[in-house]
Amino acid sequence: MLADYLPVLLLFVVAFGFVAASLGVSALVGPRRPNPSKLSAYECGNEPLAQVKGTRFSVKFYLVAMMFLIFDIETVFVYPWAITTADLGWFGFGQMALFLGLLGVAFVYEIGRGGLTWD
Amino acid sequence: MESTLVSWWSGFWPGLFTALLTFLVFLLTTALLIWAERRIVGLMQDRLGPNRVGPLGVLQTLVDGAKMFFKEDFTPGMVERVLFTVAPMLAVVVSLMTVAVIPVGGEVTMFGQTFTLVTADLAVGVLWLLAMGSLHVYAVFLAGWSSQSPYPLMGAVRATAQMISYEIAQGLAVAAVILYTGSLRVSDIVAFQATDSGLFPGAPNWLFLPLFPAFAVFVVGMVAETQRPPFDLAEAEEELVAGFHTEYSGMRFGMFMLSEFMGVVIQSAIVVTLFFGGPNGPVFGPGWLQGLLPVVWFLAKTSVFIVFFVLLRGAEPRMRYDKLMNLGWKIMIPVALVWVVVQAAILEVDRQWDGWTDGRMPALVGLGIVLLALAVTPMLRRDPTERTEAARSVARDLGPRRLPEKDDPAVQADTTPDTGRGDAPHTPPGPEHDHEEVGV
Repeated sequence: MLADYLPVLLLFVVAFGFVAASLGVSALVGPRRPNPSKLSAYECGNEPLAQVKGTRFSVKFYLVAMMFLIFDIETVFVYPWAITTADLGWFGFGQMALFLGLLGVAFVYEIGRGGLTWD
Repeated sequence: MESTLVSWWSGFWPGLFTALLTFLVFLLTTALLIWAERRIVGLMQDRLGPNRVGPLGVLQTLVDGAKMFFKEDFTPGMVERVLFTVAPMLAVVVSLMTVAVIPVGGEVTMFGQTFTLVTADLAVGVLWLLAMGSLHVYAVFLAGWSSQSPYPLMGAVRATAQMISYEIAQGLAVAAVILYTGSLRVSDIVAFQATDSGLFPGAPNWLFLPLFPAFAVFVVGMVAETQRPPFDLAEAEEELVAGFHTEYSGMRFGMFMLSEFMGVVIQSAIVVTLFFGGPNGPVFGPGWLQGLLPVVWFLAKTSVFIVFFVLLRGAEPRMRYDKLMNLGWKIMIPVALVWVVVQAAILEVDRQWDGWTDGRMPALVGLGIVLLALAVTPMLRRDPTERTEAARSVARDLGPRRLPEKDDPAVQADTTPDTGRGDAPHTPPGPEHDHEEVGV
């Protein structure tokens, strides 16, 4: 069982080795000529104005994150049922349809209230 | 304990071989993709693209990669140094880890051992694909956040919202695959598609037909997940410079570029594995050819989707962000969700009902949906000359110099010189120029 994961570990070693070697060699042979302009934040040549700690972005993104949590967990619930659906039959189907239906109602309400409308 | 160790070591060499093979196959395909994209998009834009290094310029990517080693990889002063370096490494490592469960070929006998050309055929293979896809979000967001700079932060927030939104749709599309095949193991899904579908003799049971809505959602989702045009809002050059990797340079930027293009190859490989039978295909000939042909089929099918990505980039303009999110949340997720329920009902009816369809019901329903889509799509096409309300209000505001309506008599009287396209010789408007070109 666990032996299945040995090749995955080997692939990880290969991938990590490739990335580390690339970055390492690049750091060794690449030039190093820092100057104040290079070291400042890139704002198309203007003097950097905005501090990132104070940068604001739309509250919609938080809403998307919360909706994502709900639907991602829903997807996680769907998978075990999807595998065993042949054994569960109509009973399992009914249960799942009920669950997805309840979520669907909430989803429709969310859309109706404009929760997912971008402007 | 001892037996565990023995089984570990007996798997070491085949494991290392398949790991290296997967690594090389996907890395080389990515290098070829970058070259092919530049050539194809070049052709579409009436220019040549890279054609100097190697035959047809095919070695251009290698040369570019080598050049990148000698570029300065500087770290701006304000960044969070550790995460700034970890993010590009994470991006490439996670991309390469994704392909661990994708079979690139069938069973081969080499060095006295018989094994399948897949790094690891995990029992939770499909979950592995989705898990690694989710981890990629971390690479993107860590890069944007650790840069401590406005453009990267905005790009990262956009990219994250986009990726997690379409991840749900893709996850539900994959749920339909699991529902139909009843297994999370990728080799089971591939073997399932090798069976006869029964639609007509010799028709392979590739899942794109019975699961067509899920397939369609998955394809749209994969373009959004890889943030490729027309869904490349996260690095919309005009607004965000380069999105989350604006502050990167040298090899660390190269890592992001590699992971982005590798994402195209990986998503193409996943869609081929889940919906187009993976390495399935006719196998014949002597022993060595029987081992090689599945690899050829797999690469050929994957190439089709890679070219699809490239053509999409060449043909479609970038979408607006609100439209992208609306498409994801209000169309893709509901369609995928409803399809999971409908699919389950079809399968249940099919299992209970001993009718004439004889297990062919999902395929028949899928065929019906495809035919319906083919019939309805031409009706949904918008007239390209039709103006939206916004364009009309702009036209009103412009007053006398308003934009011409489609069948505006003013247009018929007004003749604008047709400048032609590019190198066509300029001809003054004459009677042979019809007026329909004006205002389109």
